[in-house]
Amino acid sequence: MLERVNATGLTPSFRPLRIYWERLRRGDEIAHVLTLIFASTVIGVTALLVYQLWIQSALSRQKFGWAFFATRVWDPVGGQFGALPFLYGTVVTSAIALLLAVPLGLGTAIFLSEFSAKRISDALAFLVDLLAAVPSVIYGLLGIFVLAPLLRVWVEPVLRSQFGFLPFFRGPAYGVGFLAAGLTLAIMVVPFIVSVSREVLISVPREQREAALALGATRWETISRAVVPFAKTGILGSVFLALARALGETMAVTMVIGNDPKISASLFAPGYSIAAVIANEFTEATGSLYLSALIELGLVLFLLTFVLNGLARLLVLATAQRGGLLE
Amino acid sequence: MNKLAGRNWVILCALLTGISLVSCSHNGSTTTGSQTVLINGAGSTFGYPIYSRWADDFHKLHPNVEINYQSVGSGAGIRQLLAGTVDFGASDAPMTDAQLAQAKSPVLHFPTVLGAVVPTYNIPGVTAELKFTPQALAGIFLGKITKWNDPAITRANAGLKLPSANIVVIHRSDGSGTSFIWTDYLSKVSAEWKDKVGSGTSVNWPVGLGGKGSEGVTGLIQQTPNSIGYVELTYAIQNHILFGLVQNSSGAFVKASLESVTAAAAATADSMPKDFRVSITNPPGNDAYPIASFTWLLVPTQISDAAKRDSIKSFLHWMLTDGQNDAEPLAYAKLPTDVSAKEDATVSQIH
Repeated sequence: MLERVNATGLTPSFRPLRIYWERLRRGDEIAHVLTLIFASTVIGVTALLVYQLWIQSALSRQKFGWAFFATRVWDPVGGQFGALPFLYGTVVTSAIALLLAVPLGLGTAIFLSEFSAKRISDALAFLVDLLAAVPSVIYGLLGIFVLAPLLRVWVEPVLRSQFGFLPFFRGPAYGVGFLAAGLTLAIMVVPFIVSVSREVLISVPREQREAALALGATRWETISRAVVPFAKTGILGSVFLALARALGETMAVTMVIGNDPKISASLFAPGYSIAAVIANEFTEATGSLYLSALIELGLVLFLLTFVLNGLARLLVLATAQRGGLLE
Repeated sequence: MNKLAGRNWVILCALLTGISLVSCSHNGSTTTGSQTVLINGAGSTFGYPIYSRWADDFHKLHPNVEINYQSVGSGAGIRQLLAGTVDFGASDAPMTDAQLAQAKSPVLHFPTVLGAVVPTYNIPGVTAELKFTPQALAGIFLGKITKWNDPAITRANAGLKLPSANIVVIHRSDGSGTSFIWTDYLSKVSAEWKDKVGSGTSVNWPVGLGGKGSEGVTGLIQQTPNSIGYVELTYAIQNHILFGLVQNSSGAFVKASLESVTAAAAATADSMPKDFRVSITNPPGNDAYPIASFTWLLVPTQISDAAKRDSIKSFLHWMLTDGQNDAEPLAYAKLPTDVSAKEDATVSQIH
């Protein structure tokens, strides 16, 4: 084809164009351009999101500056807005959720991929995937009608009498609060960890296991020393996914957190999260400063997610390098 | 394969033709006679049940007028009205002077129905209707009265044995007209509340837990022993929720009912300001329930589209007269006739 074009006596300056046309005709260039468009859409949407949040929050940013991150008062009537209690609530509930969900989820994933029969594993994995698809309002209802009374009547009084010397387990037990929100979130994010981790563990090469076994390792040693470290990056990926879901969860959290913008060391106390306050107050927010402060909260949540994700990536990088050295 | 694809095309084309034919004939039937007038409104969620009923009923009377109402919340309703994306707004709190100043043409407030807010509680062993003085309610919500057997509560409830348990206060966490009415009332009866907290759809609550929506508040109250909260009268009636009596400005303890709410509005009819932006909490009158408020439609005075203007004017007139009969079956208190007559006279200001 190319020779024929050259043979027709086209000047060399047309050649790149012809080559390009050829690539286009074979589909390479089309695939390249199309995928480039898709990829830039993702970046474009993110950039637009940040731009909009930045522009719309101008009023609040000018008025409060950095103090927005450090003040605790949220008073729509008096026009005083501070993000600290919401930041605190978001971080604390997500931390509780991960603290509970990571061991539970990882344990389940290890059982499903390493110990259980394949049929049971597949059936359970199907159930886990179903759990991931349950709407968050259902988890919220579960939280308010099952979890909260359970916490108020049984769990919190026991924690207080046994561990009351710690500041986390003091004060009146309402049922709803940081603990209830963290627990509800833990239940919600476990399916993500189980589902992704199980897939990653299953895809660890057979040779990896066989090599460990051949060296005389027991089954548990094989799992803990050869299989899980190999799958570490993927497992951490599932934890990020869980963290992202926990940070942004709105409906279930607002139903069980108590919606009181206060900072308390006690996990029994009511609190508030960023996503919850935006959802609660946005529709009725009159006055441009109030609206602008709510939008700035959105920006803060975006930044928080960004920073936590970045830290997590750094962690992966660090551990991956160490793992490499050990091998 | 090609044959199959070809057949699919034929089916697809046939379907598309069918759909377009059906939609054409549908359009034909609705546009016969006069041109369809589409009116868009948005705002208050509290008023949504009756506004959508009114839109339906009015459409039956005037088949060429379609009113589309979206319950996006009062704040969003005001914003959309100011931005000119809707023909009318609806709000549970009147617009502020600052908001009115942003409007392109002056905005009229039309009270549509009345809502009331009632105190509801869960004290184990107490099934009686408690009586609340304004001082008791303000004290509880300020966090100053912390026990159920506080003299401020027991004095009004002689003969009832109240526990010495801590009171758990529960409020709405979402911005709402209900909270506006409640805090507006507390601001009127307590100088300290007015000074420290003030009134609004969302406020900086001194104490308590927040529940999302009426159902969230009710859920939390049912789950939490020794709690107190507030819900709309409509919601309490429809869900058979126990609620307390409140002492009005004449000293009488009144149980909220659709009649006692209309009575509250009637008591303020004479002193009604011309723009109807009025708070009627804590009104005079022996049988007036003190925690009540209008909810408003917000209509611009200048509407350039003549067909729209006439339709909106005739809708407002109908809403203030025959439409009021829809209120009580939906558990809203209707307007006192003095007030609706005054509003009807204002409709002519729209031009």
